[in-house]
Amino acid sequence: MKPVILWSDALFFLLIAVMIAGAWWGRRQAHLRAGWARVFATRRSKIAVAVLAVFLAIGLVDSLHYRRQLPPEPGKPPAYAVEVLSALDALLMPLKTNTEKTYSEPLATHLFAKETLEDGERAFPPLKYPGSHLFGTDKVGQDVLYLTLKSIRTGLLIGTLTTLIMLPAAVLLGIVAGYVGGWVDDVIQYLYTTLNSIPGVLLIAAAVLMMQVVIDTHPDWFATAAERADARLLALCAILGITSWTGLCRLLRGETLKLREMEYVQAARAFGVGPLAIMLRHILPNLMHIVLIALVMDFSGLVLAEAVLSYVGIGVDPNTISFGTMINAARLELAREPMVWWSLAAAFTFMFVLVLAANLFADAVRDAFDPRAA
Amino acid sequence: MSALLEVRDLAVAIGNRAVVDGVSFDLAAGETFALLGESGCGKSLTALALMRLLPMVAKITHGHVDFDGQALFSLPESRMRMLRGGGMATIFQEPATSLNPVMTIGDQIGEVLNLHGARSGAGGAVELLEAVGIPDPERRAGEFPFQLSGGMKQRAMIAMALAGEPKLLIADEPTTALDVTIQAQVLDLLKDLQRRRGMALLLITHDLGVAARMADRVGVMHAGQLVEVSDTKKFFRGPAHPYSQRLFASLPENLPRPPDIGGAAGELLAVEDLAVHFPIRRGLLRRTVGHVRAVDGVSLKVSRGRTLAIVGESGCGKTTAGKAILQLITPTAGRVRLDGRDLVALAPRDVQMVFQDPFGSLNPRLRVGDIIAEGMRALGVPADAGAIGDLLAQVGLEAGMASRYPHEFSGGQRQRIAIARALAVNPRLVICDEPTSALDVSVQAQIIALLRDLQARRGLAYLFITHNISVVDYLAHDVAVMYLGRIVEQGSVDEVLRGARHPYTQALLAAVPRIDGSSGERLLVPGDPPSPARPPPGCHFHPRCPKAMERCRAVYPGVSTLAGTHRLRCHLYS
Repeated sequence: MKPVILWSDALFFLLIAVMIAGAWWGRRQAHLRAGWARVFATRRSKIAVAVLAVFLAIGLVDSLHYRRQLPPEPGKPPAYAVEVLSALDALLMPLKTNTEKTYSEPLATHLFAKETLEDGERAFPPLKYPGSHLFGTDKVGQDVLYLTLKSIRTGLLIGTLTTLIMLPAAVLLGIVAGYVGGWVDDVIQYLYTTLNSIPGVLLIAAAVLMMQVVIDTHPDWFATAAERADARLLALCAILGITSWTGLCRLLRGETLKLREMEYVQAARAFGVGPLAIMLRHILPNLMHIVLIALVMDFSGLVLAEAVLSYVGIGVDPNTISFGTMINAARLELAREPMVWWSLAAAFTFMFVLVLAANLFADAVRDAFDPRAA
Repeated sequence: MSALLEVRDLAVAIGNRAVVDGVSFDLAAGETFALLGESGCGKSLTALALMRLLPMVAKITHGHVDFDGQALFSLPESRMRMLRGGGMATIFQEPATSLNPVMTIGDQIGEVLNLHGARSGAGGAVELLEAVGIPDPERRAGEFPFQLSGGMKQRAMIAMALAGEPKLLIADEPTTALDVTIQAQVLDLLKDLQRRRGMALLLITHDLGVAARMADRVGVMHAGQLVEVSDTKKFFRGPAHPYSQRLFASLPENLPRPPDIGGAAGELLAVEDLAVHFPIRRGLLRRTVGHVRAVDGVSLKVSRGRTLAIVGESGCGKTTAGKAILQLITPTAGRVRLDGRDLVALAPRDVQMVFQDPFGSLNPRLRVGDIIAEGMRALGVPADAGAIGDLLAQVGLEAGMASRYPHEFSGGQRQRIAIARALAVNPRLVICDEPTSALDVSVQAQIIALLRDLQARRGLAYLFITHNISVVDYLAHDVAVMYLGRIVEQGSVDEVLRGARHPYTQALLAAVPRIDGSSGERLLVPGDPPSPARPPPGCHFHPRCPKAMERCRAVYPGVSTLAGTHRLRCHLYS
């Protein structure tokens, strides 16, 4: 067995490490600890956190990648399989390998479509693993539950990495534009107005296609197909991040324009407090509720954007399992007669639970840290 | 005379808390009843309950209201709707937000006219606008609210209220948002309309002076209860209830005068020809087409340990002047010197500011200790817990409050925190920008007492900016009266308040409603203050001045010095 660390894995672990470090630091600040105690005070937010933790754990386990060692041949150095697996695959091994021939309904015993059997009769052929597919199987007979569980990592990555790229730009530029004003404001406004006036899908399509060309012309950069798919996923996050900061930036600029005239900001200026300190101490904390709301809304929006882009064919690599590719496939499945509904339903359920939990958690955080509501 | 409105044992609750608790009173046709009380005492909720317009969270728990022979609380909503506007009408506090900004004044009045069918649309609206004393009503009826001044908007609101020919007019703080000279005009108008139409007027106010001037009878509300109902004359001769007595005691008129520490204390702040002009930009290229002359050549001096009050109506540039002195706004011209040194070059340590709105001047995300420590750290004053505790104790709070957030404090306590923040860096001059205008009278008295106490102990000088001329007498040693960006009269308190010479100062003083009731001859200035973007030629006050002469229309008067430190700009004395 040989561990493989993809770029997205590294970023994901880095993110988790930063979160743990933040939590460890926050434990020592009395007022932060009190705030988090309030977050966990209600049953609703406890459940939301538990659900998020399950999703995060699945994503984490799915980020531990490795290549299996092939059966050793005497006299040769050990060889490894081309396929990159994750710890989640190992845990879900029966689900991953128990594939059927094609579509089957949830918990069915027979296939979904009639076939001509060996004796010439047309009937529903029995499944190889009857009653074991909780969400049924897809066109090539893969278990849909397995697909949804694998999609979680992609969804989390697109949601969090994109936000991480977008957030600093939006917050920094929004506050600077609003607070400093003058030509700085003009430049930043010009920047986001220009960016906004280019149709988003067009920009993303151009960037992804360019990235695809780069990937295709340098096959030597990537040892496996998984690494190639990963590079494309990261590129997609970057592109989505670059195109999606404008809305939040505009919102924050407007709010900063209002806050700048508040008397507490003027009082701070009367003490000779520098502009950077004012932006950090007086403007940013009073914008955090907007940032938090926008963050959660964007998170769900980004997971959906991935689906839209996959539909146009410029989303994640076709080999990458994601909610987007599942929803894209569901387009044809829903057009069938009789309809295949379960893969869409499974993707919908998981996305819904994830986004709802994130929303409830963000609400609880905002309420707990709003000094007026506490 | 039978009562038009009979309120019996009215109670309103928000959640489990009774906010109006057993209020009973009568109101006869043609009579004015003033509900008097501080903020949060339930006076506005009482009025809303009469109209059955309470906010969703508030419920009428019991009580009985008879209006014109009908039991209001048992009427169906459709009948109630006819009664609102038709039988009883309301004027709200804030004229700027009670008019729809995208409808013309005429249309808005027409809407009420059509609903309550007293008269037909357009002609009726013009007639009503004329009745409330709006000049050129035909033109005004076609204009939008933003084209009207605050006083005119309130007149338009009154016209709207009159459109349904109501028998009862409920006026909820109708003049609180207006300047004193405009307040005097609106109050006179209300009184005149009431007399002519025989309406009953339920006046809700926190201002004892307004109640004294307007009401036949007065009811004092405190904590949801009507603690005293009395005839106006009797009430103002000697209030019976201890709470009413406390209200009277905290009026600035009844506070002790500040001790005069003598004028020769030495000059601390000298402002020479300070000007702040904001450019007006128009068009695609944002070319400057004119200037708003917010402050236009102000010179003043503040001596050590003394208080100079700048008095003026809203928009006269007094706040801008204060901020320009502190260099929060870059002045266009002029010099500001502290102890002979240019303030621009100084650290902001010697001059500090206390702002008007205690809710807006404290960052809600910072704890009180951090708020006070911020300036100390920025200016290198050691900011440990002990120092912050000391400061809190000095302004009458407890040291342990440093770890709380501002929202846990009342308005008066917040203003104390703001004062502690300003004092934290040991300034010699504190600019107070209307520090008490957002507070109730009793709290206002406490804050003024605190300011005076701190002045005596620390030898502070204050530049006290206010529109409330009645506060000035009890805090300030010197006064400067501003009108449209310039100081029109200045001198010691005695010289200006008791020997006012400038017609504007005289009008300002006369317009203040006094609790001794109707002062016989009142000098009422007509019209609104002009815009500082287009000041009138000559003396800025001449369009409203009752004593304007030919020369006033042509030349701005120079400074003439009367006895002592008393100086003014008026052609009558040059």
